Amino acid sequence: MSQTPVRRLRLGAPVLLLAAAMLAAGCAPDQYPQTTLIPRADFAREADTLMRQTLLWATIVFVLVEGALLFAIWKFRNRPGAAEPVQTHGNTTLEIVWTIIPAFILAMIAVPTVRTIFKTSQRPGPGALQVEVIGHQWWWEFRYPELGITTAGELVVPSGRTVSLEMTTADVLHSFWLPQFAGKRDVFPGRYNNLWFKAEVEGNFPAQCVEFCGVQHGRMAYRIVSVTPEAFDAWAANFNAPPKDFTADSTANPLVREGQRLFTAKGCGGCHAMYPALPLIGPNLHHVGSRSHIAAGTLENTDENLARWIKNPQEWKTGVLMPNLGLTDQETAAIVAYLRANQ
Amino acid sequence: MATTALEHAPAHHEEATGIWSWITTVDHKRIGIMYGVTAFLFFLLGGLEALVIRMQLWGPDGRLVSAEVYNQLFTMHGTTMIFLGVMPLSAMYFNYMIPLQLGARDVAFPRLNAFSYWVFLLGGLIINASWFFGAAPNGGWFGYANLTSAQYSPGLNIDFWTVGLQILGVASLAAAVNFFVTVINLRAPGMGMMHMPMFVWMSFITQILLLLSFPIITVALVLLMIDRSFGTHFFVPAGGGDPILWQHLFWLFGHPEVYILILPSFGIVSEILPVFSRKPLFGYAAMVFSGAFIAFVGFGVWAHHMFSTGMGPFADAFFALATMIIAIPTGVKIFNWIGTVWGGKLEFKTPMLFALGFIAMFIMGGLSGVMHASPPADLQQTDTYFIVAHFHYVLFGGAIFALTGGAYYWWPKMSGKMLDEGLGTLHFWLMMIGFNLTFFPMHIVGLNGMPRRVYTYSAESNFELLNKMETVGAFLLGLAMLVFMWNILKTWRSHQPPAPADPWNGATLEWAIPSPPQHFNFPALPRVHGRDALWEMKRVAGGTLPEPTPVAHDAVPMPNPSWKPLVAALGVAITLGGFIGGSHLWVHAVGLVVLFYGVYAWAFEDPFAATGH
Ligand code: HEC
Ligand SMILES: [Cu+2]
Ligand SMILES: [Cu+2]
Repeated sequence: MSQTPVRRLRLGAPVLLLAAAMLAAGCAPDQYPQTTLIPRADFAREADTLMRQTLLWATIVFVLVEGALLFAIWKFRNRPGAAEPVQTHGNTTLEIVWTIIPAFILAMIAVPTVRTIFKTSQRPGPGALQVEVIGHQWWWEFRYPELGITTAGELVVPSGRTVSLEMTTADVLHSFWLPQFAGKRDVFPGRYNNLWFKAEVEGNFPAQCVEFCGVQHGRMAYRIVSVTPEAFDAWAANFNAPPKDFTADSTANPLVREGQRLFTAKGCGGCHAMYPALPLIGPNLHHVGSRSHIAAGTLENTDENLARWIKNPQEWKTGVLMPNLGLTDQETAAIVAYLRANQ
Repeated sequence: MATTALEHAPAHHEEATGIWSWITTVDHKRIGIMYGVTAFLFFLLGGLEALVIRMQLWGPDGRLVSAEVYNQLFTMHGTTMIFLGVMPLSAMYFNYMIPLQLGARDVAFPRLNAFSYWVFLLGGLIINASWFFGAAPNGGWFGYANLTSAQYSPGLNIDFWTVGLQILGVASLAAAVNFFVTVINLRAPGMGMMHMPMFVWMSFITQILLLLSFPIITVALVLLMIDRSFGTHFFVPAGGGDPILWQHLFWLFGHPEVYILILPSFGIVSEILPVFSRKPLFGYAAMVFSGAFIAFVGFGVWAHHMFSTGMGPFADAFFALATMIIAIPTGVKIFNWIGTVWGGKLEFKTPMLFALGFIAMFIMGGLSGVMHASPPADLQQTDTYFIVAHFHYVLFGGAIFALTGGAYYWWPKMSGKMLDEGLGTLHFWLMMIGFNLTFFPMHIVGLNGMPRRVYTYSAESNFELLNKMETVGAFLLGLAMLVFMWNILKTWRSHQPPAPADPWNGATLEWAIPSPPQHFNFPALPRVHGRDALWEMKRVAGGTLPEPTPVAHDAVPMPNPSWKPLVAALGVAITLGGFIGGSHLWVHAVGLVVLFYGVYAWAFEDPFAATGH
């Protein structure tokens, strides 16, 4: 085998790696709505600062050690007429040096790590908004005990106020993640785990379950909706208004009235509550009409998507715990109109 | 010594051939080859599973496979690569090379060795038989409780997994006992522990890890199995059990398992680098002690897989610091490898390319590991593709690169054929580029929020471009594999002259004997005076040694072949197989009878009795 192709290829690899790295750098985090690289709350900022410190050290070490390796490969390649190498067996001083230097670098990482561990595991003080987060196969339920609200699929929080999440599960393990605001915590049956954050911005952010929890783990998402404190109060007040009874209101859209009748007749009410606070097997659908997404945050809440879901939920989320109820197109349209009217 | 007489004996060295001779073999070399072939086939299967996964993730809302099939695929990909790919590929080298490098004629317990192989094969077949029932394991390779409980996973899927892994555990434990004793007892005269080749050292430490960690996973699997089969509640919260207990048991095994996967590769690389640098391993003692230190501390870091469970700040801090400490001996290893290369005369033969590639990639995996040793940062990284990137840099960029380098290095010894260097170089570069294209983008997509174990992703997430790169990379890796297989096939069929005993100017004893070696390896046991025994012999002889000539095939009495290990292995597999789909008493009964018969017949068999041929 000749030396030239190897040497040419050996130059090719770093170039390729560099190209890949450049491409990667081109993909700026702000293109990714679920990114962890743009912290938008105090908790996430702590994690991010720590991550960037370790990344910096890691990069320095990477460049130096890979550099030393590549240099050695280039410098000590076999050249014609090269003498037999000196048969060294080791060097105690070197061993000590390259034990102590990494230990020093690790200490530089360990100190802020321990500090941040204790800082982030403090409980939020009084005045935080309490939210109970409950994992279900394959959707998330949110309860606001102080406000008497039970909802699903969308965690609505006021910006600028600490939110304290008490998290558990109704069935198997899941993990609740707030990539933009905090880290994640696994949830266990009969146990409560805590996370907290104070959102710095308003917006509607995607997030999803990160502990494998069965067949539809991949479509167990949710939205984190951060709004101004005023908008939050308005949302809560509206939510607590009693549900509208369209069947008793002869002026209401007949399609909506038919939808409400079908909702009960088809047994939807057996799994879904339409009241502010009643938890049942399925997600609470009170005000579902005003949510940005349905199907556990995986479909935009358009009339088409609602119809698609209600008609055959198994098509979008095979194995989901909502059965295909065999609705006709007309029935579906009526129920969609009814759900949409629940704003 | 009888050496001289033996050397002049007529050189007919036919050994038994045919299927039956392989089924009954107790020769460590043949068993090694069987491990290698079987593991390579499973490895290809795991690779195909990975390619389907990558195709499903080509674009958002992929529909190539269903969610259920996807979950089976990623579970089986992980389970296969770990238990049926990397571990038995390492076992191939343990089998073939430990006795040769020690200057021994076989392992300490040759029939137990055959038993290990058969149990491994049956375990692998049982776990994969699940595909034919449409019920491949679907709970992840980590099988977290309580999803794996009878309530939430009522099908056969998890049964196949618990039973299969228990069977594989029997194989690993039996093999670990065997190699442990082999290393302690069968070193060539004069070879002290601190004279052993580094591959033997790292393998020896691996056996200790196996002996200590496999009982833990076995206990966990037994508890899970009786939860599922008999309705106990070890992991079922409704009955007072605790799913977190599973996680602690699993990772108490799972983290040492990481070192079980990588330490043999450390050993392989430590063999290749000196030979192709023409310079002894730098810092031999530091290498031994850092390996032992890693293994020891490796038992105290398991909960770094559990930072998101909310263990509290003191546990988080402890496991974070313990994990960071492991980076120090790992760094020592890397620096000593660079020290070995430094000042050498490097020959870029294929094994060397893979060994150098290993170092380059392993550095990357080690550094990303330090990044999630920090719990608050890990709360963002765990269960995302960042972790997938990390452990593929360690286990593919690390273990698979080293194992492949080992294949090129030892191929002449095991097969008597040289592999093609040109194709080998092509294989290396395809793998290097394909590997980085597949796994580097995973760092980015993970930090930008893509979770693991999801069968698809949304268009909104914008993960598409990076996933496409990964898929292209994965197919390059597939192509690299094809080049490798073509290389094997081509050189196998060519009429090149047989490989010399010592094609690379090796330092260790396996290169002192013909390629492939005779059944008894060494007609006379070599005498060893220090490290790099063969280099020393060549130096004393003034440069080179004459090509060793084969001697009569019956010059040294070796144990007879035996089919009893296979019977005993069948007994183990049947007995445990009865736990698939509940507990079938008659299956257990049949299995126990077979097992008892196998062990009984084996115990009263005289391995050296005259066979009358
Ligand atoms: C057997 C119980 C059950 C019945 C009956 C049922 N659902 Fe559901 N439904 C569920 C479950 C469980 C979910 C959560 C699915 C998921 O995303 O994993 C759900 C989700 C939904 C959602 C999406 C909610 C969100 O925000 O993600 C809507 C809308 C919905 N159902 C409407 C209906 C309608 C209309 C009917 C009657 C035609 C109905 N459901 C009948 C169990 C049921
Ligand atoms: Cu999940
Ligand atoms: Cu670990």
